Amino acid sequence: MSDLNKLTIAKARDLLRAGEVTSVELTEACLAAINEGRALNAFVHDTPELALDRAGAADARIQSGDAPAMCGIPIGIKDLFCTEGVASQAASRILEGFKPEYESQVSAQLRDAGAVMLGKLNMDEFAMGSSNETSVYGNVVNPWKVDDRQLTPGGSSGGSAAAVAADLCLAATGTDTGGSIRQPAAFTGTVGIKPTYGRCSRWGIVAFASSLDQAGPMTKTVRDAAIMLEAMCGHDPKDSTSADLPVPDFESMLTGDIRGQKIGIPREYRMDGMPDEIDALWAKGAEMLRDAGAEIVDISLPHTQYALPAYYVIAPAEASSNLARYDGVRYGHRAKLEAGDGITQMYEKTRAEGFGAEVQRRVMIGTYVLSAGFYDAYYNRARKVRTLIKRDFEEAFARGIDCILTPATPSAAFGLGEMAEADPVQMYLNDVFTVTVNLAGLPGIALPAGLDAKGLPLGLQLIGRPWEEGALLRTAHVLEDASGFVSKPEKWW
Amino acid sequence: MSEIDLESARKVAHLARIAVPEENLPALAQELSQILTFMEALNSVDVDGVEPMTSVTPMRLKRRHDQVTDGDVQAKILSNAPDAREGFFAVPKVVE
Repeated sequence: MSDLNKLTIAKARDLLRAGEVTSVELTEACLAAINEGRALNAFVHDTPELALDRAGAADARIQSGDAPAMCGIPIGIKDLFCTEGVASQAASRILEGFKPEYESQVSAQLRDAGAVMLGKLNMDEFAMGSSNETSVYGNVVNPWKVDDRQLTPGGSSGGSAAAVAADLCLAATGTDTGGSIRQPAAFTGTVGIKPTYGRCSRWGIVAFASSLDQAGPMTKTVRDAAIMLEAMCGHDPKDSTSADLPVPDFESMLTGDIRGQKIGIPREYRMDGMPDEIDALWAKGAEMLRDAGAEIVDISLPHTQYALPAYYVIAPAEASSNLARYDGVRYGHRAKLEAGDGITQMYEKTRAEGFGAEVQRRVMIGTYVLSAGFYDAYYNRARKVRTLIKRDFEEAFARGIDCILTPATPSAAFGLGEMAEADPVQMYLNDVFTVTVNLAGLPGIALPAGLDAKGLPLGLQLIGRPWEEGALLRTAHVLEDASGFVSKPEKWW
Repeated sequence: MSEIDLESARKVAHLARIAVPEENLPALAQELSQILTFMEALNSVDVDGVEPMTSVTPMRLKRRHDQVTDGDVQAKILSNAPDAREGFFAVPKVVE
C-alpha cells in the first residue's frame, strides 16, 4: 500500500485492526516523508529509532487483541511537551540541551495508548508568536504555496500544523494559549481543537500562561480530532487545575444530527477591514448549518473588542512569572561569565542570551504590568475585563445557544517576513477571533471550510459550552461534511 | 499614548533580569510604549463592582494529605544542570 503517511487516524486504525497494515509500515512511511520534507523545517528533533521500537511494540499489542484507537498511530509532538530523554526546548535557546527526566502527562497518555512518537515539532519560542518566526530552530514553512512566496504556517503550533498538512505524520499535538492550535490549523487547512480549560493535564508542558494554556490535537479530520482528543484528556492529580470529570467517547458523538441546535453568530466578530472572502465563508458556514437543521441566531458578545488588550496584559504577566525559572541554574543555557560577575550578572546575561526578542518583550511587559504602582491599573483591570468577557459567553449560553460560529482568522496565511516591519501589535491581531475562547476557558475548534481566491485555505471556528467538546465536535463534523473540503497542498518540497 | 522613558525601560529590564545594552533601550522603550498604548483600551470598560477572575472554570482545588510521596531522585534533578557539584547546583559566589 502506498502513501501510508497520508492516511487519517481513523482509516489507519481500521487497517491496523484488520491486519492489513502494520504500525512499522506506517511509521516507516512517515519517517520517509519527514526526510523528504526538510524544507518545511517542521520536525526539529527526530526520534526514528524510538519510533520504530514503539511501532514494533504496538504491532505486537494489536496482534494480541489489545488495540486502543491510537495504538500504532505515528504522531508528532510539539517541542513544548517534555518527553523523557528526548530534547524538549520550547524552541528556545535557553533550554538548549535540556533532556527531561520525565514525560508530560498528555504525551505519556498517548504513549501508553500505543501512539508512536516520530519526533519533536517546531513552534514559536515558548509558544509566543502567530507566525512561527520566533523559533530558535528557524521558521517553519507552510506546505501551501500559491506563488513565489514562502508562507507562514501560523503559530505557535506551526510545526504541528505544517507536519499534518504535508502528511509527515498522521496527527500531532499542539497547545493553545491565545489561538496557537486554531490559527495554524486555519492557515494550513487542518483541524485543531482546544478543549475546555482543565480537560488536558498541563503537567510536563512548558508553561507559558498557566490560566490560559491547554493542549489539544491537530489532525486531518474532525473524526481524528475526536479520537485523539479522547486519548489526551483526563484527570491528573499532578495538575491541580485538571478537571475530575469522566471523558466521554467523543467519536461516538459524531452522529451527524444537529437538528434543533442553536448556533450563535456574534455580531462583534464582523470586523472593519475583514476580507470579503472571509465574511462570505462565514455566511456560507451558517447557511450549511441551517440546512442541516440548526437554528441560526444573531448574538452579541459586547466585550469582544477588549479581549486582545486583556490577553496581552494577562498572558505576559503569567509568562514573566513562569519564565522566571530560566535562570541558568537548574537546566538549559548558562552564559559565560567574566571575572567578577556575580549571580545577578549570571541571571541577566543568561536570560539576554537565552531568550529571543519576542520572549524578552513579553517578559518585560509582564514584569511592568505586575510591578508596584501598575498592578491595579493593568493586571487587576485586565482580570476584571476577563470576568466580563466570560460573562458575555455565559449569557449567550444561558439563552440556549449551543455553539458559536466565527471566522478562525482575519486573513489567510501571509508571507514569512511580511510582518517584520510591523509593530508587535499588528502581529497580535492574528488572534482576534481565538483569544476570547482562552480567556473564557471554553472549547474551540478550527476547521477548513474553503479556499480563498488565490487557493489558500480559510478556516471557520466553532466555540462550545464548557465541557461539551462532544457536541462541539458533532457540529464541526456536520460542517466539515457540508463544506466538503478535500484540498491538499501541492507537493513542492 | 503611554510613555515609557529610558529610565523605566532600564528598570523593567533589570526587574526582569534581562541584560539590555544601553544602545537598545530607546527601541525597547518605544516598543513597550506601543504595547501599553494598545492596552489602554481597557480603561474605557466599566469594571465597577466586577471581581477580577481568579479561576476560569468554577472548581474547588482538590486537597491532599501533606505527606512525602516522591523523592530520592537527586541525580535526575541535577542531570540537566549547567554546573552541578557534589550533589548541589553550583552558582557564582553569592555571599562575600
